[in-house]
Amino acid sequence: MHKNLIATLALMLASSTAALADASDGRVKIGILNDQSGVYADFGGKSSYEAALMAVEDFGGKVLGVPVEVVTADHQNKPDIASNIARQWYDTEQVDSIMELTTSSVALAVQAISKEKKKVNIVTGAATTELTGKQCSPYGFHWAYDTHSLAVGTGGALVKQGGDSWFFLTADYAFGYSLEENTANFVKENGGSVVGAVRHPLATTDFSSFLLQAQSSGAKVIGLANAGLDTSNAIKQAAEFGIVQGGQRLAALLFTLAEVHGLGLEAAQGLTLTEGFYWNRDEESAKFGKRFMERTGKMPNMVHAGTYSAVLQYLKAIEKAGSDDADAVAKELHALPVNDVFAQNGTVAPNGRMIHDMYLLEVKKPDESKEPWDYFKVLATIPGKDAFIDPAQSGCDLVKS
Amino acid sequence: MTTIFGIPLQAFLGQLLIGLINGSFYALLSLGLAIIFGLLRVINFAHGAQYMLGAFVAWLLLSHFGIGYWPTLILAPLLVGFLGAVIERTMLRRLYSLDPLYGLLFTFGLALTVEGTFRYLYGSSGQPYATPALLAGGTNLGFMFLPIYRGWVIAFSLAVCLGTWLVIEKTKLGSYLRAATENPVLVQSFGINVPFLLTLTYGLGAALAALAGVLAAPIYQVSPLMGSNIIIIVFAVVVVGGMGSIMGAIITGYMLGVAEGLTKVFYPEASNIVIFVIMAFVLLIRPAGLFGRDA
Repeated sequence: MHKNLIATLALMLASSTAALADASDGRVKIGILNDQSGVYADFGGKSSYEAALMAVEDFGGKVLGVPVEVVTADHQNKPDIASNIARQWYDTEQVDSIMELTTSSVALAVQAISKEKKKVNIVTGAATTELTGKQCSPYGFHWAYDTHSLAVGTGGALVKQGGDSWFFLTADYAFGYSLEENTANFVKENGGSVVGAVRHPLATTDFSSFLLQAQSSGAKVIGLANAGLDTSNAIKQAAEFGIVQGGQRLAALLFTLAEVHGLGLEAAQGLTLTEGFYWNRDEESAKFGKRFMERTGKMPNMVHAGTYSAVLQYLKAIEKAGSDDADAVAKELHALPVNDVFAQNGTVAPNGRMIHDMYLLEVKKPDESKEPWDYFKVLATIPGKDAFIDPAQSGCDLVKS
Repeated sequence: MTTIFGIPLQAFLGQLLIGLINGSFYALLSLGLAIIFGLLRVINFAHGAQYMLGAFVAWLLLSHFGIGYWPTLILAPLLVGFLGAVIERTMLRRLYSLDPLYGLLFTFGLALTVEGTFRYLYGSSGQPYATPALLAGGTNLGFMFLPIYRGWVIAFSLAVCLGTWLVIEKTKLGSYLRAATENPVLVQSFGINVPFLLTLTYGLGAALAALAGVLAAPIYQVSPLMGSNIIIIVFAVVVVGGMGSIMGAIITGYMLGVAEGLTKVFYPEASNIVIFVIMAFVLLIRPAGLFGRDA
């Protein structure tokens, strides 16, 4: 009886590993893992999955003669759920690479798993510079933006305009700290000061307490080191408490087209923000934007366009490497220049950071907007080398070797 | 400058007022929950969704039909209340004879379905709703800048809470309702239509949630997530106040709003758990809640 049981188990194990080897040879499978139901569902969400599908179609649906498949799941902004899905995808569902990964705590967790299992992961939705800093991975890539580039863009623009004292409203987790720290350092380097900060839980609805503290601090700029619905609610309530009329400026450090659309131009007008992509910037980006619009009903922000770019580049790297083996693909990803609708002449640094231009944008007034989703004026282009941390200074041990 | 616990007096007063404003929402919502639980013995997990529906109805009426804030303040609770009554009549009613757990599961499922549908239709980042012109702007109280709309929220919700309490405790209709929960068979034998009373009660509870939703629309983004963010806190309020105690729900709502507001000054990181810490303490010391009667 016992012998039978053990024999059956052994057979089952043997057959499942055999199936695994066959399947991973027979197709390339990409997993899009992000928040599809919480505060960041518009920031990336299901539309990022759509962007990945567009990239696969534009590439022809096949690489090295095998079909490319995209799967997706909702991690609910919880690192434990995300880790379970990532392990399941890698171990039993033959997923070759996980991408998007909105929410920094999740991205860090999944990058660690990918490193352990020798799989390529490309982060477009999360912001923390830790991903290409101390916690960098030879198989990990950070594609669309990071907290440093947001600090340089939005922080830099406001310091230049005389905003030299700051108070931070910071989301109480890895991303918020990273964004606050990067921006605070940048402000101080440029002769400014930070007069205070307050940490709020993720998905706070009422910001009035925090806004009052910011108001009484007397800081010239209130830095919103949060994202998604949190930032929208903070901006809306800041208007209510007369903060902008009182002479203080709001800096939405991570704010994209998706949130501007939700907030409306009336409330969002005049905000300065930084993105890695704007659909109405040139002809090619507008063409991409309209195709995306037809499929999702909305225009893409940098997370969506970044995910498109990441999937496309991953497939190019597989083709160049002639294999979907993670070591070979990672080598090509590091070597190939990135040229698509998202990035022009982008390069990938040894720490996994994709270095490309970022854009400093201003939200238009309602009467300046000529068509739906025409929301931004491009104030400046921030060259990649200024926007991102010098890889040698990033703290990533892959750079020295 | 005068200080209280190291905080300038002005900031302290400001936070106290903010706490009262948030407390107004907690009070309005927990009032509806307490009524439904007290009279129907149903733990209404759909309350957050009904609150969200109220805000969305306000937004839809404005953006599609141009109907402004003031008519909406009546229309939205009526619509959502009617919807609540229909749900009670066609579905919830069948669960009364079963364990209360079934009512909880049913309303929880209902909430997930409604929220999921709205998230699919309108996304998570929400829709903007402007403050009505009459209540725009603010006044300087000396210790803080009070948006007029927030002042209105406190005054209006206090009036609604007290009005509801009066109806239930002091009127004939209220006495029928209370009697129907004590002994439905006896009340029915007096010729009073008890099932109709229960439908009315659930509708009223849903309408109160929707009213809170309309009040919230100009303050928060009108988002499918707004209900699930607040509902757990409101349940804690009801538990602290004592399940089913109407006055308890109102007073506890304001109290916990203030407690949360003050936590945001002293230790902001704990602001989303302070209510649950209080709940745990109250349950240890008085399991029936602050205002509950021991069963």
